[in-house]
Amino acid sequence: MIAARGLGRSFGSKRVLRDLDLDVAERDLLLVTGPNGSGKSTLLALCAGLLAPTRGELEVKAERGRIGYLAHEPLVYRELTALENLDLYGRLYRVAERRERIGMLLERYGLWEARRERVATFSRGMQQRLALCRTLLHDPDLLLLDEPYAGLDEEGVALLDAELRSLAGTRTLLLATHDPERVASLATGTLALG
Amino acid sequence: MSYLEDVGTLAAKDLRLELRSRDTVPAMLLFVVSTLVVFNFALPAGASADAAYGLLWAALVFTAILGLTRAFAAEREQRVLDGLVLAPSDRSAIWLGKVIAVVAFLGLAEIVALPAFALFFQPVSWELVAGVALASVGFAAVGTLLAAMAAASRARELLLPLLFLPLVIPIVVGGVGASIADDPGRYLGFLALYDLIFAILSWASFEYVVTE
Repeated sequence: MIAARGLGRSFGSKRVLRDLDLDVAERDLLLVTGPNGSGKSTLLALCAGLLAPTRGELEVKAERGRIGYLAHEPLVYRELTALENLDLYGRLYRVAERRERIGMLLERYGLWEARRERVATFSRGMQQRLALCRTLLHDPDLLLLDEPYAGLDEEGVALLDAELRSLAGTRTLLLATHDPERVASLATGTLALG
Repeated sequence: MSYLEDVGTLAAKDLRLELRSRDTVPAMLLFVVSTLVVFNFALPAGASADAAYGLLWAALVFTAILGLTRAFAAEREQRVLDGLVLAPSDRSAIWLGKVIAVVAFLGLAEIVALPAFALFFQPVSWELVAGVALASVGFAAVGTLLAAMAAASRARELLLPLLFLPLVIPIVVGGVGASIADDPGRYLGFLALYDLIFAILSWASFEYVVTE
């Protein structure tokens, strides 16, 4: 699914990733670990196609619309409601049975009651839950999750644990985390950066 | 058909965002009216009508800059543009949706500006209205592309006017010409041609602006 040879990425004079070789097969779950600034988020953005490598080659065998990307920011509009944001993405991603899918995700992540509230009023944890709904909305083949547990409360963590258990082995996942122990049992490999 | 649906979805989103936040159109309205008021007092008595038209076009250009500076503010705030860019829809739909919203905002500002101009300076002719309408499309087409470029920069407030002003000089030339010339059709045709060329260029190059 993902193959990188001599992959490098610099921002100005700062090299964030250098000479990275990587092979991720379909339905693998690769943990990406490393200290702050080691290039975890950069690697995920490269795989998503949001950044271009400055060195080496990267091949991702997933179409643009089949990638689910969870970033540090939730990538949703603060002035729109949770429902409006998911509806926007559902339309753009051409999600079949959009309303049912959105309703199911909002229920699952405990946001149904807050669905008509503006995202600006959401706590950090609620925004992260909404970001997870957005990431999973189109049932992607490749999931790029950057610190998915960030900001979640205990209930949210349990929900995400269950989600990852159901996704592992059926989807390809790259999961960047500072807490690899939490998902180590599901992982098929670990990439330590930095 | 799905392309037009995407454009409609994105434009509706921008209009809804503005209806909810009201942080662009009121500022544009206030700016254009207060600028015309200032010009009314700045222009000496007995000044030519041509000068008044020139001032109107200067006010419209800077009102457009004000609106365009905010065009990608919501996307920049939480990196929403990344989410839109990853969607399978054609990326130029993002540009076209935004252009429609910017034209709507500019149109609202002009609906207030033209009567104010008539009140302070000169009667509004159909040639002026046609020129302003064509100019709005040109401002939005070029400005939206440049606003997307500037949004990725830290010096965005500085960069946008620096890029925008030189590119819209032809619009000002055409707009003023359509307002005061004996043969406004020639200038209106020039504005329409400008809109067509720059709309195609901006539409085709937007993808390269929002991706690396």
